Amino acid sequence: MGIIAVFFLWPAAEAIRSSFFLEDPFFGNATFVGLDNYRVALTGSDYQRTAWFTAVFTVIVSLMSLALGLMLAVSADRVLRGKSTYKTLLMWVYAIAPPVAGLIGVMLFDQHIGPLVEFVALFGWEMRVGVNYWDTGIAMIIVSTWKQVPYCFIFFLSGLQSIPTSVKEAARVDCRSETRRFWTITFPLLAPTTFFLLILNITYAMFETFGTIDLIVKDQPGNSPVTLVYKVYRDGFRGNDLGGSSAQSVILMLIVLALTIAQFRLIERRVHYN
Amino acid sequence: MTTLKIKNVKKVYPNGADAVKGVSVDVEDGELVVFVGPSGCGKSTLLRMVAGLESVTEGEIELAGRIVNELEPADRNIAMVFQNYALYPHMSVRKNLAYGLKNRKTPQAEIDTRVSEAAELLQIAEFLDRKPSQLSGGQRQRVAMGRAIVRHPAIFLFDEPLSNLDAKLRNQMRLEIKKLQRRLKTAAIYVTHDQVEAMTLADRIVVLNAGQIEQIGTPAEIYSNPATTFVASFIGAPPMNMLEATTTGESLEIDGQSIPYSVKHSGRVQMGLRPERIKIVNGEAGFGFDVTVLEDLGATRLVHGHIGGQEITLAQDADLPAPSGHIKIGFQPDDVLLFDEATGQRILT
Amino acid sequence: MTTTELEQSASVPHAKPAPSRKTFGGVRIYDHVVLWFGVFLMMAPLVVAFTTSSFDHVLIHRQGMQFGWGDQFSQTYSTVLNQQGGFTGEVTGWLMTQNSFILGIGFAVGKIVISMLAAYAIVYFRFPFATLAFWIIFMTLLLPLEVRILPSYEVVQQLGLLNTYTGLILPLIASATGTFFFRQFFKSVPNELLEAARIDGANAWRFLIDILVPLSKTMMAAIFIIMFVVGWNQYLWPTLMTTDETYFTLVRGIKQVMQNMIGADIPKYNEALAMAMLAMIPPVAVILIFQRMFIKGLVEQEK
Repeated sequence: MGIIAVFFLWPAAEAIRSSFFLEDPFFGNATFVGLDNYRVALTGSDYQRTAWFTAVFTVIVSLMSLALGLMLAVSADRVLRGKSTYKTLLMWVYAIAPPVAGLIGVMLFDQHIGPLVEFVALFGWEMRVGVNYWDTGIAMIIVSTWKQVPYCFIFFLSGLQSIPTSVKEAARVDCRSETRRFWTITFPLLAPTTFFLLILNITYAMFETFGTIDLIVKDQPGNSPVTLVYKVYRDGFRGNDLGGSSAQSVILMLIVLALTIAQFRLIERRVHYN
Repeated sequence: MTTLKIKNVKKVYPNGADAVKGVSVDVEDGELVVFVGPSGCGKSTLLRMVAGLESVTEGEIELAGRIVNELEPADRNIAMVFQNYALYPHMSVRKNLAYGLKNRKTPQAEIDTRVSEAAELLQIAEFLDRKPSQLSGGQRQRVAMGRAIVRHPAIFLFDEPLSNLDAKLRNQMRLEIKKLQRRLKTAAIYVTHDQVEAMTLADRIVVLNAGQIEQIGTPAEIYSNPATTFVASFIGAPPMNMLEATTTGESLEIDGQSIPYSVKHSGRVQMGLRPERIKIVNGEAGFGFDVTVLEDLGATRLVHGHIGGQEITLAQDADLPAPSGHIKIGFQPDDVLLFDEATGQRILT
Repeated sequence: MTTTELEQSASVPHAKPAPSRKTFGGVRIYDHVVLWFGVFLMMAPLVVAFTTSSFDHVLIHRQGMQFGWGDQFSQTYSTVLNQQGGFTGEVTGWLMTQNSFILGIGFAVGKIVISMLAAYAIVYFRFPFATLAFWIIFMTLLLPLEVRILPSYEVVQQLGLLNTYTGLILPLIASATGTFFFRQFFKSVPNELLEAARIDGANAWRFLIDILVPLSKTMMAAIFIIMFVVGWNQYLWPTLMTTDETYFTLVRGIKQVMQNMIGADIPKYNEALAMAMLAMIPPVAVILIFQRMFIKGLVEQEK
């Protein structure tokens, strides 16, 4: 409890406090500026651009990893032979650190040596990661999704396996089409898992992808797209704009809080159903 | 001597629910008292207050000569057997039995003696080094009792200990609990919702309903002299028939049919009649009865039907010819129990 | 519809044997194709990264990433592990591996202790402000370190804990992720067990040590695995916290490698990838070896 207080509450309070001040990094003077930091943050074109990219990035990464994870899990649940081998190979990537994924991504998308760049060049797409804004963004999205698919896969597979055999059998008696059965029985039964994963994926895409992004932009963001968390880091540690960075932290905290509440609601609802 | 005195005990939960509304019971030395009643009647709450697992809102609990209201469960000199046994899953049977004694800093030699005594008594000596998960339901039940016995408590508290067992094992363990309790001569409270368990085990039964005592008495008293309609219909299987009837002083009338019946009370009453006290009579005076369904239980047969619009069940020897259609039934006036229509209290005749 | 179909097939003795068998076979092939495709997507980048790391960097620079097996494998890896790198030349791959293990294990153990105590307090104590404490713990749950990174840094700096293992590990532990696991588990422990223990004279502390801890063994192992991986993979915090290179972890080292590559004429791709492989092996090995336990622990959070 003490640790939580010192390393959690204090920093959180500190963030909220300093978000109301304009701090001079060299002399440590702080001027109270009220909500100015928030106003500057929210109206700045750079911030808005970052927020827009974060939104696009988060939505695509969350949904793509859900879809791929579900597709793989459904197949893995159905096959009889090689199930555990598939499972092992598909969950492997879960354990890889985001920056490691980022580094491998950098190589694959490298202009000189990257096989993926060569591959898309066959279709006449000259991909220039690190130079072109959206080319870089696409590389980030692909690497981040790649890293998150195993997580969704594990949850969906265990969700599928926890559907009682009797329910599956009853469905087989009632409905002949396998596809139809999936969308009318299996998918609704997986809904809680899906929702849970959706929230976790959003959290992942917004926060945990920091390492991946940092590697892909090679620590030199320049014109490259970044997410809001990355901007907090850049403004705070590189730009020395402590107040502005804190204000951005607080905004992120509010987003997280909203996600927490959504998740909490979900859990409570499930308790009622049981 | 009296082991336990429960004096006007009340329990009000923080949410305002009145679980126990002023109950007084004494448990004498060596006596087995059964608390019986439907779920939610407060019987478990009362037991848990004796154990110290629930606080007492009002009233006193006196165990072996001292008021224990404020004492921790461990300091009360009680032992409890739980419905799901509550054995520590990661400890061997031996450690399960010894855990409470260890916490009370009993010397190891003493612990060993007590554990082997209890194991002997319960015939679980060979399982002492197994884990609870390796035991059958009946064996776990014994271990749970063993854990209670080693403490040498002033009183045993049983909280529906047999409800997780199958019917056959339940009968067997019921008998064993009774034998064991007789042998140890330790007072005990046994909580159950099963009236058969209550009847077979108890020295005295306390029938509880909605947080209040309906009646306290020996099984025989409770059975033949129920104080209220609640007790009458709760005890006995199949349950007592309850009919709406009218008395005039000299006669008893059910749905337009009447028999001579001398009683001081006159007016509308609830009339109770045990199924096994009803006879099928031939021709002469009796109530017209329409048979609807027969249930053969082997030795006895239940005959369901109605007098006028009122459902009634009678029990007869299965060797007798099966009745059907419209027949006549009769009973002894002594077997009729009358209850006040509004309060459900017994009207003594 | 379905009912009529069933009725029909019931009334006609030898109704067509339904194309179910064929569809089944088809479905199975489809499933395997999907899974092979998935495995390819997941594994191919790793395989390429691995094979490429066995080649000479000049060759890679000239010909792109390689799919075969080069002759530079042992040399590259021994360079990465033993060569003194960084500006100060004090850090080797081995040292970073050691630091990574300290972070992974320290993080996992700390997390287990903290979240177990927090969950115990939440589930078993009815203390004043319990609801408030509960909410605070819940908020920490989803407020990742990333959003409070700046103030956390200031706090650690004020406490003089920069470039220490304590400063590296403690702030990471201070969130309640693991609490959920334990809370769920503790709630599933029947209340009677607590009551039996109270009658047996166990106080709150004894109950935790004698009953709950032994019962949670599997749970703790599962959480250890998950948290080890999470701890090992920490990036942002170690990056900020450790300016002294002797405290670098492998994952932190990745950034260093990247920075070294930027200026170089011919970047040492092989060494960078070898580093990535080294940083990947321990957490992957852990989750694959303890696969069953890991999955069980992971999906437990959802319940």
